[in-house]
Amino acid sequence: MCLAIPALVLELHPDAMATVSAGGVTRQVSVGLLEEVVPGDYVLLHVGFALHKVSVEEAEETLKMMAQAGLLQEELAEWAETGSEVRA
Amino acid sequence: MKYVSEFRDPALAQSLARAIAREARPDRTYAFMEFCGGHTHAIFRYGVQDLVPGNVRFIHGPGCPVCVLPMRRLDDALELAERHGVILATYGDMMRVPGSGRRSMLTARGAGADIRMVYSTLDALEIARANPTRQVVFMGIGFETTTPASAMAILAARREGLRNFSVFCNHVLTPPAMVHVLEAPDIDPAQAVRLDGFLGPSHVSTVIGARAYRPLVARYGKPMVIAGFEPLDVMQSVLMLIRQVNEGRAEVENQYARVVTEEGNLRAQAMMDEVFVLRDSFEWRGLGSVPLSARAIAPAFAEFDAETRFAISEKQSRETKSCECPAILRGVKSPKDCKLFGRACTPETPLGACMVSSEGSCAAYYTYRRAETMAQMDRAQMEAAE
Repeated sequence: MCLAIPALVLELHPDAMATVSAGGVTRQVSVGLLEEVVPGDYVLLHVGFALHKVSVEEAEETLKMMAQAGLLQEELAEWAETGSEVRA
Repeated sequence: MKYVSEFRDPALAQSLARAIAREARPDRTYAFMEFCGGHTHAIFRYGVQDLVPGNVRFIHGPGCPVCVLPMRRLDDALELAERHGVILATYGDMMRVPGSGRRSMLTARGAGADIRMVYSTLDALEIARANPTRQVVFMGIGFETTTPASAMAILAARREGLRNFSVFCNHVLTPPAMVHVLEAPDIDPAQAVRLDGFLGPSHVSTVIGARAYRPLVARYGKPMVIAGFEPLDVMQSVLMLIRQVNEGRAEVENQYARVVTEEGNLRAQAMMDEVFVLRDSFEWRGLGSVPLSARAIAPAFAEFDAETRFAISEKQSRETKSCECPAILRGVKSPKDCKLFGRACTPETPLGACMVSSEGSCAAYYTYRRAETMAQMDRAQMEAAE
């Protein structure tokens, strides 16, 4: 629950929402906790909210490490698993 | 160094390991608490303990949100779902945590309660919008990483006039828990754990900033290094802690400066301050009652407070007998000191929260060190029998 993952901002929407991509999966998240964000930025994403902007290098290295440790897969599995319960 | 090849930069890992071995003085021990359960897992997954000398020890801290939530609060949440008939939305980590009478959100759901796992408070809001005739309660839990998400949800609910959404608030704060760990020896010598410094949490610190730790480091004279969660970050932070100890310094240092700033996320802090107030005290599993360590929803947002909206009954919740979770969370005991570990209590049949959460110490020992831990338990049992 305390792990944040780096995600790439693809598109901004009204109400400080954005489409982001991590590990090839896209999701709608909130960027309302950040001062300024534009498509192409990497953000640290935690429970659906971008907490912080990170550099491209930091994001890429972290994603690589998380993929190797299996953490990225765990996080993406949670995205998939919870989606169905929201629409139940 | 069997794990070093898995590091992002094996050469750097080896040179850090050599520097730690060179600089750790053999005539003393170093006990560092990694507060955050994420660090506990990085340490185990990458065998960091094996890469440092035996006199450098990690004490696992209470930074696992579902582990420190007392059973009473989980029982209250189950009551909301079962007796008040709400849709209870919760992060997945909570689903298997045992409540009183070995019930859990998962078993309650099996018995008909409407409990839904969500990834985000955004999902909980979506459920509330889609079910205007039902009350939806979000189980708010976690440290300063998840608290802004609950604040944002409450602000959005007010903006939208969403009258069927509320939060059952169990959010806790990191610095007061660290203070409590440091003060425990004075409160009760049986709770004493000797610490030489802290590895500060990664992502909590992106929100509260390095400055949040300065008062407690100044007051208690214990070094603090805010550490990234990669194993190389942890090793470098350990080296920084050893240097502080050897030089007699006690400062807040920021190894994770590529992400954590001095002041943190000011916007998130402002939202938390607007939506929440500090509780006078809050019960933590293991730590007991900790002053000013948790948030409640501010009176101005009372209509979104599940504790105001629903009459939750008084109840006697009892922690699972012989579960050592409380002492493990204080850093006084290790999972091998619990006779349930790996026998009655496994990730499939958890009796205590520390075995359920992926951030719990028992889950880390079980996943990465099960055979070794159980062999140690057998040896201790045989010695006790002799």
